[in-house]
Amino acid sequence: MRFTRTSKALGMVAIATLALTGCGGGGSNTAGGSTGGDTSKVIVADGSEPQRPLMPADTNEVGGGKVIDMMFSGLVSYDPSGKPVNEMAESIEGKDGQHFTIKIKKDQKFTNGEAITAKTFVDSWNFGAAAKNAQLSGNFFESIKGYDEASKEGSTVETMSGLKVVDDQTFTVELAQPESDWPLRLGYTAFVPVPSGALKDPKGFGEKPVGNGPYKMADGGWQHNVQIQLVPNPDYNGPRKAKNAGVTFKIYQNDDAAYQDLLSNNLDILQTIPTSALKNYKSDLGDRTINKPYAGNQTIAIPEYLPEWSGEAGKLRRQAISMAINRDEITKVIFSGARQPAKDFTAPVLDGYSDSIPGSDNLKFDAAKAKDAWTKADAIQKWDANETFTIAYNADKGGHKAWVEAVVNQLKNTLGIKVEGKPYATFKEARNDATAKTLTGAIRAGWQADYPSLYNFLGPIYKTGAGSNDAKYANPAFDKAVSDGLNASSVADGNKAMNKAQEILLTDLPAIPLWYQVAQGGWSDKVTNVDYGWDGVPLYYNISGK
Amino acid sequence: MSTYILKRFLQLIPVFLGATLLVYFLVFSLPGDPIVALFGDKPVNEAVAAKLRIQYHLDQPFWMQYLLYLKSIFTFDLGQDFSGRPIAAVLGEVFPVTARLAVMALVFEAVFGIIFGLIAGLRKGKFFDATVLVASLIVIGIPIFVLGFLLQFTIGVQLGWAKPTVSSAATVQDLILPAIVLGLGSFAYVLRLTRTSVIENMSADYVRTATAKGLSRFRVVRVHILRNSLIPVITFLGADLGALMGGAIVTEGIFNVPGVGNRLYRAVLSGEGPTVVSIVTVLVLIYCLSNLLVDLLYAWLDPRIRYDS
Repeated sequence: MRFTRTSKALGMVAIATLALTGCGGGGSNTAGGSTGGDTSKVIVADGSEPQRPLMPADTNEVGGGKVIDMMFSGLVSYDPSGKPVNEMAESIEGKDGQHFTIKIKKDQKFTNGEAITAKTFVDSWNFGAAAKNAQLSGNFFESIKGYDEASKEGSTVETMSGLKVVDDQTFTVELAQPESDWPLRLGYTAFVPVPSGALKDPKGFGEKPVGNGPYKMADGGWQHNVQIQLVPNPDYNGPRKAKNAGVTFKIYQNDDAAYQDLLSNNLDILQTIPTSALKNYKSDLGDRTINKPYAGNQTIAIPEYLPEWSGEAGKLRRQAISMAINRDEITKVIFSGARQPAKDFTAPVLDGYSDSIPGSDNLKFDAAKAKDAWTKADAIQKWDANETFTIAYNADKGGHKAWVEAVVNQLKNTLGIKVEGKPYATFKEARNDATAKTLTGAIRAGWQADYPSLYNFLGPIYKTGAGSNDAKYANPAFDKAVSDGLNASSVADGNKAMNKAQEILLTDLPAIPLWYQVAQGGWSDKVTNVDYGWDGVPLYYNISGK
Repeated sequence: MSTYILKRFLQLIPVFLGATLLVYFLVFSLPGDPIVALFGDKPVNEAVAAKLRIQYHLDQPFWMQYLLYLKSIFTFDLGQDFSGRPIAAVLGEVFPVTARLAVMALVFEAVFGIIFGLIAGLRKGKFFDATVLVASLIVIGIPIFVLGFLLQFTIGVQLGWAKPTVSSAATVQDLILPAIVLGLGSFAYVLRLTRTSVIENMSADYVRTATAKGLSRFRVVRVHILRNSLIPVITFLGADLGALMGGAIVTEGIFNVPGVGNRLYRAVLSGEGPTVVSIVTVLVLIYCLSNLLVDLLYAWLDPRIRYDS
């Protein structure tokens, strides 16, 4: 440590005062008897305080999402590789990609005893979509026919016309237009059923949610800002059956504190190793670590509404920027391998991913070609040498400063232009400029998949007018290629079409893909069977004691 | 005396109004739309956003928002935070934890600061005095987060004497280490204040008289030197209680204490105006009240000070 000279004196003061105040130890060293695969162990994991009440359709961030995912069981869930497997669904059938018939399993119940029928699903989804209920994840129902009427500002329509109950076990879904990957989305937390009580009093329910998943909340389990205690649901019989005696999410304000707890065995599993510990976590934890790619990426979006970045010149400049970034170097030096250089706009864990889509050369570092492209752009429209190209990022969380600075330096060195990082104090400030079209340069963007599908990385971000289209990219050819993919008769054909659409993106580069996310986590020596899912979240149900 | 106290309580009213107005304005001026931020990277659903803005009065101009907030205070309903919970309940959760932490830090710095300072003062220029002076200078010089991480790592992780973070109940035992970290800086100040004050009083006439009267050394030190030396120390401690409660953000972060600082930080980041203002207002009130208490303690410590007109 850096402060060795003073640490001795400090240590003495501290030790003396500790002895005087009679604090021997926190009684933390209760090293329990270790047996193989002990299912009676309660797993202590790190979490964060949910932003909103724990209503599935109102939860769109990780803190609440993790809990919802474990407490509820939807029609399908995703296996570790991202393949959907049936949970509540008996079958989901649809031939034209627009009309689906969903049969659910018999005799399913919430933990309060309420039966789950087709009506439960229809009511839950209608509730999530209706504007009057103001649910943050309402957009997930947007493909269903009748969503527009129900979700309009001030709308009093509370049901979507595309949902029809056939009998207790069956309901039908009609989409506004064909979307072949729609069934893939049904594992997202917004699509789970909620009991009737939740629809009457969502706020009260959000405090003490009742679900049908592998876990249920312990009595008084949610101690705000402190912890959320989940215990196994004995009636759950799906693929995610609990192999431990419960999971307690301890809420941390920063990852560093969580890491200290992990080192001293007060925490069993830490989802993400903090940046400060990336250099030495392997020597600290030995083989109790994981390094696994998941469905997320990091990009820099460059808005086309900025005059220097529009048209043909803008396209060439974006290509120049992309080829001027040495992704291999940054992922090695800054992230110590915690990221993988990007070769497309999606993520490698997804079905249909390809690392050799035509145009992916634009994502390879090539200083000569980059300079060449920049000069060509200058021939069309001169770049003002006094102008500074900025890359905006939020400085409050995520640790983006280091890599932004690295990218800035590479661009300066390769292209010889003025480049600067532009920190926003808070995430909300950055989001504000991005949504209000008031960006003055590039902005860091990233995407964590909601459901394992190539479309999820393309449609919501780059389609004309899409909600997360920070670059305000608009290209009819791309839009058409994406809808071709959605109209495809099979998932494999759909994926092919999606990669065709990516060829357009790789030339236009509305955003510059940088790297894929890799989950880096660690666990204590009291637990075993740790693995992560396709989304970078530990499979908590599978962890057991040693 | 009672009129004096009454007057001081009346003074709290403008302080309260000024503090709430100022803080509310500052939070209002923070750039960024908190409702947009709630959606994260996800598309913003305008209908939902509009509904939420109305719910949290964010569609109103500043004065209206502030008046609505004042109204909510006087009806004893502070409104709700973004997770839909009553702010009053949130305050009820976080303040006891931080109060416990701050009081423990205060007791630590008062007891040890005064004892060490007294001994150092009585043995001015000796080995103990010199050591304590140097040590306290070092403690003052090191930022609190460095001390925090250092003690957390050595005592919490390496030696395993205490948990590196606070457990869910945040018990007194859990809070000992954070309280020491929080109180260490002030401990050094208290020590130095006491020492200087003791040295000054040792050469006072009344101390010589008391010694000449034949009083025991213990009585001279306790009644004549220490009690008179405590006035500046008490002033410092009184002001420090407020500072400890508000300034615990760093310490709470390091030791993961579910207290005021943690909630305040989160509320500022997410732009939850009413939550920020409510927390800060309570802090301001605590600050004012502890100062009042100090002023009253003066009269007890030094009979020459009287508040009756």
